[in-house]
Amino acid sequence: MSPVDNSRIKKVRQHISQNEGLIFEKSSPGKAAYRLSALDVPEVDAESLLGAQVRDDLDGMPEVSEFEIIRHFTRLSTWNYAIDLGMYPLGSCTMKYNARVNEVVVRMDGLANAHPYLPPEMAQGALRIMKTLADCLIEICGMDAITLQPAAGAHGEMTGIMLIHAYFDNKGEKRKKILIPDSAHGTNPATAAMCGYTVENLRSNDQGMVDIEALAAQMNEDVAGLMLTNPNTLGVFETEIHKIADLLHTKGGLLYMDGANMNALVGKVRPGDFGVDVMHLNLHKTFSTPHGGGGPGSGPVAIKKHLEPFLPSPILIEKGGKLSFDYNRPKSIGRVKAWYGNFGMHVRALAYTLANGPDGLRQTTEDAVLNANYIREKLKDVYELPFNAPSMHEVVFSHKLQAAKGVKTGDIAKRLIDYGFHPYTTAFPLVVADHGAIMIEPTESEPKEELDLFIDAMREIAREAQESPETILTAPHTARVKRMDETTANRKPILRWKP
Amino acid sequence: MRYLPKSQADREAMLREIGKTHIDELFAPFPPEYRLRGDLNVPRQMSEEEIVTYFKQRSEEMVADHTLMLGAGVYHHYRPVVIDALISRGEFFTAYTPYQAEIAQGTLQAVFEFQTMVCQLTGMEVANASLYDISTGIAEGALMAMRLTGRNETVIARTVHPEHREVMRTYTQHQAMPIREVGYAEDGRIDLKALDAAISDKTASVIIQSPNFFGTLEDVAAVADVAHNKGALLVVGIAEALSLGIVKPPSEADIVVMEAQSFGVPIGFGGPHVGVLATKEKNVRQMPGRLIGQTVDKDGHRGFVLTLSTREQHIRREKATSNICTNQGLIALVATIYMCIYGRRGLRGLAMQNLAKAAYAKSAFGKNAKVLFNEAPRFNEFVVQTKEDPKVINRRLLDHKIIGGLPLKNWYPELGNAAVWCATEMVGKEQIDTAAKAVRG
Repeated sequence: MSPVDNSRIKKVRQHISQNEGLIFEKSSPGKAAYRLSALDVPEVDAESLLGAQVRDDLDGMPEVSEFEIIRHFTRLSTWNYAIDLGMYPLGSCTMKYNARVNEVVVRMDGLANAHPYLPPEMAQGALRIMKTLADCLIEICGMDAITLQPAAGAHGEMTGIMLIHAYFDNKGEKRKKILIPDSAHGTNPATAAMCGYTVENLRSNDQGMVDIEALAAQMNEDVAGLMLTNPNTLGVFETEIHKIADLLHTKGGLLYMDGANMNALVGKVRPGDFGVDVMHLNLHKTFSTPHGGGGPGSGPVAIKKHLEPFLPSPILIEKGGKLSFDYNRPKSIGRVKAWYGNFGMHVRALAYTLANGPDGLRQTTEDAVLNANYIREKLKDVYELPFNAPSMHEVVFSHKLQAAKGVKTGDIAKRLIDYGFHPYTTAFPLVVADHGAIMIEPTESEPKEELDLFIDAMREIAREAQESPETILTAPHTARVKRMDETTANRKPILRWKP
Repeated sequence: MRYLPKSQADREAMLREIGKTHIDELFAPFPPEYRLRGDLNVPRQMSEEEIVTYFKQRSEEMVADHTLMLGAGVYHHYRPVVIDALISRGEFFTAYTPYQAEIAQGTLQAVFEFQTMVCQLTGMEVANASLYDISTGIAEGALMAMRLTGRNETVIARTVHPEHREVMRTYTQHQAMPIREVGYAEDGRIDLKALDAAISDKTASVIIQSPNFFGTLEDVAAVADVAHNKGALLVVGIAEALSLGIVKPPSEADIVVMEAQSFGVPIGFGGPHVGVLATKEKNVRQMPGRLIGQTVDKDGHRGFVLTLSTREQHIRREKATSNICTNQGLIALVATIYMCIYGRRGLRGLAMQNLAKAAYAKSAFGKNAKVLFNEAPRFNEFVVQTKEDPKVINRRLLDHKIIGGLPLKNWYPELGNAAVWCATEMVGKEQIDTAAKAVRG
């Protein structure tokens, strides 16, 4: 095999990467990273208090010094890619800048140390934050009410579909099915199943949009609702959304909108105005709360008035300028989480909203859509566009032109790592033939220079696919580790360290 | 807008390059009748200083500098400064779920360490990468037990946190899963005879919490025997993770759901916290949530990957074990760092301090009021029954900057004027003495 040519990579060059073992491998008896404060009450004998329930030892737990912990996790951190390092174009994930002021305000004493069982009169500040955020989100979505309780998008979906279920139960109707387009994220069908519904797939038309005729044929009194992502996972806005909503509503069904792609809509159009009955937001996408390497998220669910009686208990109410929780909600689906949701994410999302204001929110959406269309324009001659409909905040190509040389979307993604970028979302949505999707969402956070470097990288890789496909198939070449043996990881799982 | 890295000239240049003259041409797919013509009705754009001031005001409307003798599912422990120093690194908190292993080894290895430490603490063999919190974790545990046993009933102790029970009811309301609640005996633990009677050959799992909502340690081994005798699984919830520093792990359980908030996570008005589900190796393919596994790369170097993902929604769709996707990654990292800081001896030492504080508080309160369930072992919480309504006592304690225990009347009316109090290492002797005097009434 000819040597890999990395001479055309512009964004990065290699630097030293520290090795680091597992924390357990640094442990030795007697080291410690803590000192306990002096105890001001008499010591006790654990054995006499706990009897047979006393624990002998905490075998295997580490014993290390404070500085080793700092080095350990600092070294680990340098092995991660992050939005702070560069563009993170994961489609439908909306990896945008996470403002530092959000992190400062959430750590303020009164907010960070507040007990959730404080009586409401002692917690007005936190309740006011929740109320203000709720009002902003209701306005942004064009809906009537909201719950901030769900902890993530999928949790919000579950809440939303349960609201639909409760709505029909209350009317004495037993509907059995939820329609889900074949372009949907996997959480949609998994959610519908959790809520006791049968999932019926709805096929997309050749534009990647909902096939209105198919919907008309499948829609009947047995269908509780349609779960629609809009813009859908191809980054395409369902232009006939009002027809879709009408088709559902005529037969008594409800329209659920997965708000994963809300970054294309904020300040430009409101789901509530185009017929959505219930939707969730991902505060960790559109509202910039940090993704944290896999959470925490927050998935508020906004609804129209007819679903309001069923909202998770408790709900926030205001009387005479004082906020409190109303637990007396006889028709509620019940609580979906202890307390009131991921409050720390509510604080951050409100800080983001205040930093933007109405003009900033609109400009954000415009920049996000501009960035995606700029990438589309600059790459459409070297990557196939499987669907020609206009792109909103993300653009989906396919690997068709490269697959002829044996190079697939996952391989291109790995080569992109060498070029200094996090890969786009691979092999999703499933409606792209041959699982060949290349799903790119730049968000508003990228300057033109970063986009140009990304475009340059993608074009170089397209060239390599024709000239030296082997370079791509064996990528990444410059990361700390090479491709992982996932097959063995699956077949003989090692899920913990053992002494 | 200060977060947006483009000048107006940049925007115009980019528009020209894609052959458009106005940005709204890109929004042509929106039906005209729905396009917003004016501004959203949200507060105007604020400066950083204004934002900080706004939240400072809200923060000052909270009661924050008081001593918390209130636990009830969330616990005030000291948070070493190292935690925020490390999680504030952008490489951790601005990374996504580690789908691309080659550039996510930091997150992946840290979660692998988390999974390992959770196993060591709980006496289980495998642990997942996290769930939202313990309340949703209990629900996931009940559903997992249904899948494992093919049975559909659940028996849950009334001594499980009332909100966690409520969440489980919500989660499972469309699963045709009858739920039976079992009361407590005189010692504040689950009534074993009633439990035995409540379990049928259709019972998938028995769910208890230990320490339970009254702070009492359940006799896990005895409960396990009763459950296993009838072929039901045992799910144990642990809301106060620090208890595991001194309390025997619930190794007899089939599934352990732990809330790790105690491990360096701010109370934060109830979230974000972090749940985790651990179990025996044989059950791994029915687990919900992400799992990180160790493997090697093509050169034989050790590395870590997301694994066993055929359980998950992005592969299995409607047949997945759960719909969970984003979980509590960064909070799991907080707990991991905390567990490293205290480690093998520190967790024990700190747990001993909690034990000592609660023992002292219990006896101090016992002089002036009735401590319920006094016979059973406990960790850092205890129930006190008073002549007065505990709300009145709590109001009096505010003058001393103490937040008193949680009144139980809403959930356990049979206990009368009772409240569950908590004494962690953050509560001083002086405050305990003051509170103990106040309960005299």
